Amino acid sequence: MTNWNVLNEMEDLRREINGIFNSVFANGRLPRRTTAFLPGYSTRSYPLVNLYEDANNYFIEALAPGINPEKLELSITGNILTLSGEKERIQDEVKPASYLRSERAAGRFTRSVEVSGEFDSAKVEAHYRNGVILVVLPKTEKVKPKKIEVKVS
Amino acid sequence: MTEKNVPTTTCCNTAVASEAGTRVQERCVTPPVDIYEKENDLVVVADVPGADKDSLDIAVEEGVLTIQAAAKHTAPGERVYREFEPVNYYRQFQLSDKVDIDKISAALNNGVLTVTLPKAEAAKPKKVEVKIS
Repeated sequence: MTNWNVLNEMEDLRREINGIFNSVFANGRLPRRTTAFLPGYSTRSYPLVNLYEDANNYFIEALAPGINPEKLELSITGNILTLSGEKERIQDEVKPASYLRSERAAGRFTRSVEVSGEFDSAKVEAHYRNGVILVVLPKTEKVKPKKIEVKVS
Repeated sequence: MTEKNVPTTTCCNTAVASEAGTRVQERCVTPPVDIYEKENDLVVVADVPGADKDSLDIAVEEGVLTIQAAAKHTAPGERVYREFEPVNYYRQFQLSDKVDIDKISAALNNGVLTVTLPKAEAAKPKKVEVKIS
């Protein structure tokens, strides 16, 4: 429990409530099911993301195995980062009848993540390793913590 | 090929230190798999994002294929929002006698593990031409 932080818990709650409102009341329509291609995950967002922060950067970690990194797209609007791409199908030519088990799924996905602070969109970097996307968003000077030296007079 | 259920106590015997310190992380997830049959092989494809080559452990013992892997944290810094936790992957399958155990091979690519199980000679399709005289 060393990392437990009331503010983090509140931030999580805020995001979850926002998520419910956005999904239920967006444009006064029914919730959008953007990820129907994932069995068992159909009502969830894909890919799942984690958000981290240190003094200089924000980090977004997304769980997305089996993506062609060339087809992975990142776009930034304001403080919203959008990840989109395609989870590829098995390349082998397989007859549908030869499948003994099919739990993985494939298809296109889009996920938007809101970052609570300002970041420099020109310096955003993304890495893809072992099926995990890591996006590094450098903070702008405004939101970086500043050290103020205390002068002894 | 059938999935084998294992008692949870044997699950994840790879000790992974948790964030808090030396506590052994006991939670593990079942990776989703596709299994399909080709003319000469049986192919198991599993999603194991976050696992690397070193943490991956694939073994066949007494006709049971075990896939084990540990995912690690890639991002530094303090957690702000979390939807998933890197945990261990664990899944077992009972193999039939028709798999040539010595020739099993595996490849890991972009978090997708592909295990190829070649069929034993006896299980391969054979075509016998019958001559008509």
